[in-house]
Amino acid sequence: MLNTGKNVATREAYGKALVELGADHDFVVLDADLSEATKTCYFAKAYPDRFFDCGIAEGNMIGIAAGLAAAGKTVVASSFAMFAAGRAFEQIRNSVAYPHLNVKICATHAGITVGEDGATHQCLEDLAIMRAIPGVTVLNPCDATEAAAALKVSLETDGPFYIRFGRYAVPVLHSNPDYEFHLGKGELVATGDDATIIATGMMVGTAIEAAMILAARGIRVRVINIHTIKPLDCSIVRKAAAETGAIVTAEEHNVIGGLGSAVAECVAEYCPVPVIRMGVNDCFGRSGKVPPLLEAYELTADALVNKVVAALQLKEKMAKKD
Amino acid sequence: MIRLGILDGTHAAASGHPGGSLSIADIMSYLYFAEMRVNPANPKWSDRDRFVLSKGHAAPALYATLARKGFFPYEELTTLRRVDSRLQGHPDMKGTPGVDMSTGSLGQGISAAVGMALAAKVDKKDYRVYTIVGDGESEEGQVWEALMFAARHDLDNLCVVIDYNGLQIDGPVANIVNPAPFEGKLASFGFHVITIDAHDFAQIEAAFTEAKAVKGKPTAIVANSVKGKGVSFMENQVKWHGSTPNDEQYAQAVAEIRAQM
Repeated sequence: MLNTGKNVATREAYGKALVELGADHDFVVLDADLSEATKTCYFAKAYPDRFFDCGIAEGNMIGIAAGLAAAGKTVVASSFAMFAAGRAFEQIRNSVAYPHLNVKICATHAGITVGEDGATHQCLEDLAIMRAIPGVTVLNPCDATEAAAALKVSLETDGPFYIRFGRYAVPVLHSNPDYEFHLGKGELVATGDDATIIATGMMVGTAIEAAMILAARGIRVRVINIHTIKPLDCSIVRKAAAETGAIVTAEEHNVIGGLGSAVAECVAEYCPVPVIRMGVNDCFGRSGKVPPLLEAYELTADALVNKVVAALQLKEKMAKKD
Repeated sequence: MIRLGILDGTHAAASGHPGGSLSIADIMSYLYFAEMRVNPANPKWSDRDRFVLSKGHAAPALYATLARKGFFPYEELTTLRRVDSRLQGHPDMKGTPGVDMSTGSLGQGISAAVGMALAAKVDKKDYRVYTIVGDGESEEGQVWEALMFAARHDLDNLCVVIDYNGLQIDGPVANIVNPAPFEGKLASFGFHVITIDAHDFAQIEAAFTEAKAVKGKPTAIVANSVKGKGVSFMENQVKWHGSTPNDEQYAQAVAEIRAQM
């Protein structure tokens, strides 16, 4: 793991990966009148016979995806997270997940980093909604490299997937040639035994920053990247709980139902230690440029440092009780 | 024969939807015994014609048809809706041989049927796709989204049947939010439209034959049907949408159906 110094949006990497993978993988792509934004437009241009624009009708798009898949096709269906996971929830649940069809829902513009479009377009609930559906694999890649790898794995794995991509350019943390994506496995990004930050998506970069700030203060924090929200890598979480005794989760999502909830469920069941969840605090987003939005919603490295300090205090308090 | 299967299933289950199953029985019978290219010995045959029961609550009619066709034993119909049965309350493609799509949430099956018809075009295959949509179901906006897409892509391998029995759970379709008349709407959505009596086999045969000959656009058949058709006390009675016959009613219904055979 390293920072390559480049910034690329995961939706951009996704769009380019579709074209690359299209050469030797047999799949069709659907969009709902957002191809310029979701970046499926690259695929549409490269493979016009395998791209279908369903218009502004996301529920129908998912239904068509289900029918294509029931007839043997592998299908990628794209829209914004708000309209894929949100609008089409029930079509995903009943037409795709219940019959366990080969549909890969690739949702872009997830989270607060949508920016200026504001609350109606900033989906902060998709991980919670998709995680609650049986049999859906839920991925949230942290950078461009992981975004392309996640798409590839989904195309090569049977069954429904939900993959979350962002609009905003974020640091490319993994250099391409030596990166391997392990479905369902957390990635150990930094070692440390004082506490653990478990992050997903764009917050992985923020977690690395926070760990560096803490290191300068003599606090050694373990950092784990969870790209597979479901099925969660419970063993890496349990190990972190047992070995570091305090966990902070970080996600660009409501604190209810996403990574923080998944980690808390695992920790509470198998190895109870303090868990502090950082995310959007059960409220709607608003319009703005991304950096001030991240400040306003306390999704910065400094805010994460404070959460880790709070987790360490909880850990100490519990040790005294013993 | 299919009507008996519907009665056997819903009577044994004491749960299910006999009314809307009986209204499509004749069309189901025609589709599986005269129209569609299917093979009960190989239900997943990739070149088969597909059928999607978009009005999934009429599952008893689909199961009775599939059983008569030989996809599974007729005796299994009486396991309908039981916890250990392959015959779920609404069609489950993973569990029941011959079921091409899981349906039940109204408005969704037609989209899947459109997707299947599109797959045939993409794969350059000649199979056809049939779907039955309820009249009440047509109140779902997704039905019209699917119709628009099918016409835009010239899916002439798709045949949509509207089961126009005029009744839905809360009463006459005309009194709820009436989607009828269907013909003009379907035509303006880009469909070739045929209207028939859903219980007249000559008209059914003529309609499906005409549909196959239409090129460049999908076909919709508006099937004017009678909810509960074939059982005197169920016909046109909204209460038989989702209630099932007791032993005495079952005996009378079976006697009536047998008399018509």
